Amino acid sequence: EKLKKSFPWFGMDIGGTLVKLVYFEPKDITAEEEQEEVENLRSIRHYLTSNTAYGTTGIRDVHLEMKDLTLCGRTGNLHFIRFPTHDLPVFMQMGRNKHFSSLHTTLCATGGGAYKFESDFRTMADLELHKLDELDCLVRGVLYIDSVLTSGPSECYYFENPSDLDHCAQKPYTLENHYPLLLVNIGSGVSILAVYSENNYKRVTGTSLGGGTFLGLCCLLTGCSTFEEALEMASQGESTHVDKLVRDIYGGDYERFGLPGWTVASSLFCDGFHMMFKEKRESVSKEDLARATLVTITNNIGSITRMCALNENIERVVFVGNFLRVNILSMKLLAYAMDYWSKGQLKALFLRHEGYFGAVGALLGLLHPS
Amino acid sequence: MAECGRVDSNTSSHTMDKSITLPPDEIFRNMENAKRFAIDIGGSLTKLAYYSTVQHKVAKVRSFDHSTKEAAGDKLYEIAVQEEVTARLHFIKFENAYIETCLDFIKDHLVNTETKVIKATGGGAHKFKELIERKLGLKVDKEDEMTCLIKGCNFVLKNIPHEAFVYAKHADSEFRFQTTNPDIFPYLLVNIGSGVSIVKVESEDKFERIGGSSIGGGTFWGLGALLTKTKRFDELLQLASKGQHSSVDMLVKDIYGGSYACLGLTGDLIASSFGKSATADKEFSNEDMAKSLLHMISNDIGQLACLYAKLHNLSRVYFGGFFIRGHPVTMHTITYSINFFTKGEVQALFLRHEGYLGAIGAFLKGAEEDNPNQYSWGENYAGSSGLMSVSPDMNPMQRARSGTFDMLEMDRLDRQLVNLPLLQDPSSYIPDTVDLTEDAQAREYWLYCFEEALDGVVKRAVASQPDIPEAAERAEKFRQKYLHKLQTLRHQPFAYGSLTVRSLLDTREHCLNEFNFPDPYSKIKERENDIALKYYQKAVKSLEELSWEDRQFALVRGVLAGNVFDWGAKAVSDHFSIKLIFTFCFSSDRPWLVDSFDQWLERLKGPPHRCALFFVDNSGVDIILGVIPFVRELLSRGTEVVLASNSGPALNDVTNSELQILTERIAAMDPVIDSALREDRLTLVQNGSSSPCLDLSRLDKVLAMLVRERQTDLVIIEGMGRAIHTNYYAMLSCESLKMAVIKNSWLADRLGGKLFSVVFKYEVPAGKSH
Repeated sequence: EKLKKSFPWFGMDIGGTLVKLVYFEPKDITAEEEQEEVENLRSIRHYLTSNTAYGTTGIRDVHLEMKDLTLCGRTGNLHFIRFPTHDLPVFMQMGRNKHFSSLHTTLCATGGGAYKFESDFRTMADLELHKLDELDCLVRGVLYIDSVLTSGPSECYYFENPSDLDHCAQKPYTLENHYPLLLVNIGSGVSILAVYSENNYKRVTGTSLGGGTFLGLCCLLTGCSTFEEALEMASQGESTHVDKLVRDIYGGDYERFGLPGWTVASSLFCDGFHMMFKEKRESVSKEDLARATLVTITNNIGSITRMCALNENIERVVFVGNFLRVNILSMKLLAYAMDYWSKGQLKALFLRHEGYFGAVGALLGLLHPS
Repeated sequence: MAECGRVDSNTSSHTMDKSITLPPDEIFRNMENAKRFAIDIGGSLTKLAYYSTVQHKVAKVRSFDHSTKEAAGDKLYEIAVQEEVTARLHFIKFENAYIETCLDFIKDHLVNTETKVIKATGGGAHKFKELIERKLGLKVDKEDEMTCLIKGCNFVLKNIPHEAFVYAKHADSEFRFQTTNPDIFPYLLVNIGSGVSIVKVESEDKFERIGGSSIGGGTFWGLGALLTKTKRFDELLQLASKGQHSSVDMLVKDIYGGSYACLGLTGDLIASSFGKSATADKEFSNEDMAKSLLHMISNDIGQLACLYAKLHNLSRVYFGGFFIRGHPVTMHTITYSINFFTKGEVQALFLRHEGYLGAIGAFLKGAEEDNPNQYSWGENYAGSSGLMSVSPDMNPMQRARSGTFDMLEMDRLDRQLVNLPLLQDPSSYIPDTVDLTEDAQAREYWLYCFEEALDGVVKRAVASQPDIPEAAERAEKFRQKYLHKLQTLRHQPFAYGSLTVRSLLDTREHCLNEFNFPDPYSKIKERENDIALKYYQKAVKSLEELSWEDRQFALVRGVLAGNVFDWGAKAVSDHFSIKLIFTFCFSSDRPWLVDSFDQWLERLKGPPHRCALFFVDNSGVDIILGVIPFVRELLSRGTEVVLASNSGPALNDVTNSELQILTERIAAMDPVIDSALREDRLTLVQNGSSSPCLDLSRLDKVLAMLVRERQTDLVIIEGMGRAIHTNYYAMLSCESLKMAVIKNSWLADRLGGKLFSVVFKYEVPAGKSH
């Protein structure tokens, strides 16, 4: 007997910047079910699966879709959708238009927005949210996605030869049962968790210097307005134009402390000397500024992470969160930082579904309430 | 000085400002004998260090030759003023804009031809290398920046009491100074310059850079300038102090609508710095952006410092670098961050002379052959500028200007200073009874009191040098200097660490010395000693006639009576004469304000003490008719006695050299004292200080050695300065006796008594009763 959990199956994570939505599309619908399926439900399914963009800002990450997944005895495809948190009212309006509330389901939501917008969901969409803790969902989501076998590329990967930026290559990695793990979630801000088992984890610390800081500063410094724009600029820039290098200060490697000359001594220009050179400031492009911001934020996360790993005595670090989305530069920098400063002791691991684990955890909360 | 168009230093630190004229008496002092130069050039400030010798007058007493004694008339001993040369370290801090002017000045005044090199450190050292070599004709010898920083830090932590402080913006006193812990290692130094360096220091020569960050002062300055178009660091800080970061930062409540309760994250916590500025269609104020940036950087540095402190198990974390440098705004945000991340387990500590560390270290590197670390050094309050006001209400720009030239001078002390080995807990010992930095009412009273007494001190100083016509002029300079110090302290009580009656007295002594009034009381002391000696035999005889029990009481009363006679105390100099003292002797009824005489008497019925250490106070009646008879009784009981007196003069306190002569004279009259001296049962030592108060954590090394050797089991501290203003609450590991008469009505009132109340405090440490 199949577990009767009525469709649709959603999991939602409402963060400070982005809303992440996972949707399970059943592919094993029987004729009988087809008959019984209400119009609203069918319409939602078709809308979500036949489009890759929703409105002006909603996007389905098609390349992340997990096909032929068996979940709660049902087989189907798992879809990954995101849109900015400030467009949440549009989403609610859509839910209202599609009479979502008439369906026999619970909307499981996590992230701060689940609390902040709870009453809005009630008044605007007549929906009652089932709120779940974001860190519980995150851990659950990571461990679940890593455990399911799919035919696609490996979920977990690392960078081989991280110290050689030109020759480092992405390699698959099997994460299963490699406790303890340090889980670093880089969203708008950063949370660092030590995970000892599925049900045993703690939040070690966090920092407010995260993806939101990168984007916020880039918007102020360069006038850009999206993460993609900022990243694109960063990829074209050259941070050494901006950063004051140890080389500039000491004229060479500061050998006494084992600091190579290229180590960024002072990010984002400058000490008093440099500021005085107006011409120098003007020679710095927006691309250089974006790059310097990205490198600074990333290296800072790297160094806090490394200290936590040492304090907690953990050797494997898994980086997740939407800051890493299409951000190969930050991933390589993190991989390099973990490897270099720990002399190869620490391994930086990454997951393909970067920012969706909270939403996946919320979906699991719907199917397996604990 | 060359006159040249005034160049605004605000717009460029490269252009030299030659328009200032340096007052040589005040800034590069004692340049004639200067040697061992060191320079630390930072991003905006230059710190110059040199070693110099100061010639100043000291008062010496010398016993007349016995054969010619008659010829000396009625003089007890000879008082001579001699020139003495002492070592002094000078540190001067000024803006880079003045560097050329300063180098010219040094060149013009430098006489010493032995000097061939100048030690240099700091980021700007290589930039100015050519200029320094050309101007001074000295070879620039570069020293490692971090090594200098650490050496400097060790030096100030060891030699300057109240060097480190905790900053508390909203507390009654913003600064909470730390007591000098004899054990300064290990500690963590977080230097926030352009970037951040985190250094673990384990011993004088062992330190390691364990980490760092590229997000530091340079990030604040550079990014701040880009965001706000404000170029000056101080202006950026000022902007930041006026901003609201919540309009720029994404707070927990912006995400959650409230707090994230199950993690204990409050709603006001920053979830994402600059998280709200990720939009193209909103304007943000410069103030708000600067504030957000300041929080971001301070929190980040604080977090890293905590992670490193935890990993290396260190609880003392000092912060320095130009990002900190006395700025209340950054000290506050760093303190806040440390408190947040360690939940109060680690305190953020700051240093009064933080800006000088590099220069001090570079100097020490260059002066290794003089072995500066072998000596103890003391901050000269007369020559040092003290900590600038960091009141958050004050415009940081004003601060920067008034601090154009900042000075620190340190005197090499004749004696190496160490802890009294009998302190119960050296790390928690605080010499001073009242911290005037924290007690505003007491501060007001004492500042008033010292100002009021200034006329008298000036008069006394002039009178002490009747044959020198320019004494009046010097005394007037002294008055101006000390008055200025008092005024500074009224506005910035924290300028030299915790303000105390002791520091006020010491500052006065330093200022008197500065103007060559080494011992204004020398003649008065001589006269009083002479008179008291005449009564000695009579006093001893009358005491011997008393029964044992009556004698014990009379001895205590004698010490107390003698102690009333004190030229330093206002009430006494106004009203008292020797006759009155004897009247007091019989009129002060028990119970006293603090009275454990019965316990003391009971103790005396038990076995004798092995050795008593007696910190003495005044000359004249006090020492001769009060202390010596008391000591005589202890000696007769079989107790050895160590008499500790001041190394140098302070008010009418008896100095070690005076006491040498006095005891010789007494020995000649009294076989008990004579044999005790000859058999070493009575020993005279210097305490290493020239203060009317007593810091038991900075005592002559010889005294400490003797205390250990003799297995001292009783410490006696006498007088208001040593037993009330200081050490009233001092806990010792052996029996102690604190005796004083309160000769100040305000203080008496504070302690719940009347003028001339008696404190007789006999204490036995727990578990040591006989």
